[in-house]
Amino acid sequence: MTPYGERRWAALTTGAPALDVRELTVAYGGRVALRDVSFRLPAGAQVALIGHNGAGKSTLLKAIIGLVETPGDAIQVYGQPVRAHRSRVAYLPQRSAIDWRFPVDVGTLVMAGRYVHMGWRKRPDASDRKLVRDALACCGMTGLADEQIGRLSGGQQQRALLARALAQQADLLLLDEPYSALDAASRAALEEVLDDQQRAGRTLLLATHDLEATRDRFDAVLELHEGRLTSSSQRTVLATQQPVAPAVAL
Amino acid sequence: MIEWLVAPLRYGFMQTALIAAVLIGISCASIGVYVVLRRMAFSGEALAHSVLPGIVVAYVSGVSLSLGALVAGVVAALGIGALSTRERLREDTAIGVVFTAMFALGVLLASRAGSYRDLSHMLFGNLLGVSLANLWLIAGVTALLLLALVLFHRELELTSYDPTHAAAIGLRPGRLRYLLLLLLALAVVTGIQAVGVVLVSALLVTPAAAASLLTDRLPAMMNLACAFAVIAAVTGLYASYYANVVAGPAVVLTCTMLFGVAATVAGASRRNRPRNAGNADPVR
Repeated sequence: MTPYGERRWAALTTGAPALDVRELTVAYGGRVALRDVSFRLPAGAQVALIGHNGAGKSTLLKAIIGLVETPGDAIQVYGQPVRAHRSRVAYLPQRSAIDWRFPVDVGTLVMAGRYVHMGWRKRPDASDRKLVRDALACCGMTGLADEQIGRLSGGQQQRALLARALAQQADLLLLDEPYSALDAASRAALEEVLDDQQRAGRTLLLATHDLEATRDRFDAVLELHEGRLTSSSQRTVLATQQPVAPAVAL
Repeated sequence: MIEWLVAPLRYGFMQTALIAAVLIGISCASIGVYVVLRRMAFSGEALAHSVLPGIVVAYVSGVSLSLGALVAGVVAALGIGALSTRERLREDTAIGVVFTAMFALGVLLASRAGSYRDLSHMLFGNLLGVSLANLWLIAGVTALLLLALVLFHRELELTSYDPTHAAAIGLRPGRLRYLLLLLLALAVVTGIQAVGVVLVSALLVTPAAAASLLTDRLPAMMNLACAFAVIAAVTGLYASYYANVVAGPAVVLTCTMLFGVAATVAGASRRNRPRNAGNADPVR
């Protein structure tokens, strides 16, 4: 018996897009949260997902990571269902998803990014610990590894979650409101980290309700309105950007 | 003083009771830390009460009471797990409806079947009456429980503070909740020996709550909670021997006193050093 549900490794499908969503419809307790959403992210793109609160941004990210039931093959990550290789997808949840009063320290929280690689029996080894140290350093959290998560400021909590996502060494990063609680300086630092990730070939999908200041930095912007992708935003994006590959193809 | 402590141990039943008290303290307090941190106190209370009909049925049919309690505990854990995943009723409401019914059924059966003395042992525990067979059962259960807490430490911890991430990496928070409920049922069954159905949740909650006031490290919290519970269980046992009082309530009141001390110490140290100073830091 293992507490992990499925196997976590699958062969890579060459040439597959990082993320392929086809006609995704998600209903929650009688209410349709996402309706007929289709888009595709090529590997190496950095894309924003915008929309008002309740537009379905979080639901979309959760559907991709497999936290929300979705019909069979509506979502493929690197050519496979996400269940087939969870280690390749890192998810940065909203801060409210975490019980910050629980007694764990920052190092342990970030180490949780390695659990998907370790399975339930392996203990962290030197390389896991190094990845955690590097991720903490990357997020300006060196020296806070032994701090209890309950004592962090909002911005520090946000950066600890980013460090955890980085420690996972995933190829596709899904970030839900990573700007929340960040001041301008931390925000700039976060963007630098994300750009580094993109340069390293990773794919980023970032949900935010506050885009105005940073619209230009993304390869594409997806806009959700009441559970539907609105095409206008994509035209704007494709018209104003000259992405490496067609960043978003419907 | 030494003589005063050692004298009761001339008796075999006191030796058995002492070892049982220590083991029960450890099993209840270690799982109790999760009960407190995951706000499952009500589930613990419900489990304990739901075990009563199992004990009574075992009593009537001449089977070991602990066995009856164990079976009833496992059934109740699965039932609570199932009720808490339904969405129609709020979790605590559903549990409240079912466990009071189970408890009432237990008392009803007991009132037909046994003497009042037997019923009161079930309700309030009988530390001095722990048999050797019971002691083995308590030891086995405690070992199993500690083993599970060590083996699944990482998963239990993660699903407790971040079930979303846990699910995202393929863990099943629901299954781990069942595991925790089953472990809780095991602890409850041992705890009933000491303090009975009615008071066992005090053994789960109070030492862990006291420990949580003094430290914010999980392993330290478990060790402290175990220490408090063991101190309380042993103190209660001696109180029962020398002052001729029922052991169970004495154990629980000692827990409460230790909690009072912990709260005082925590309050004093908070006044000296603001605990949440980190939250005032600027973001960078």
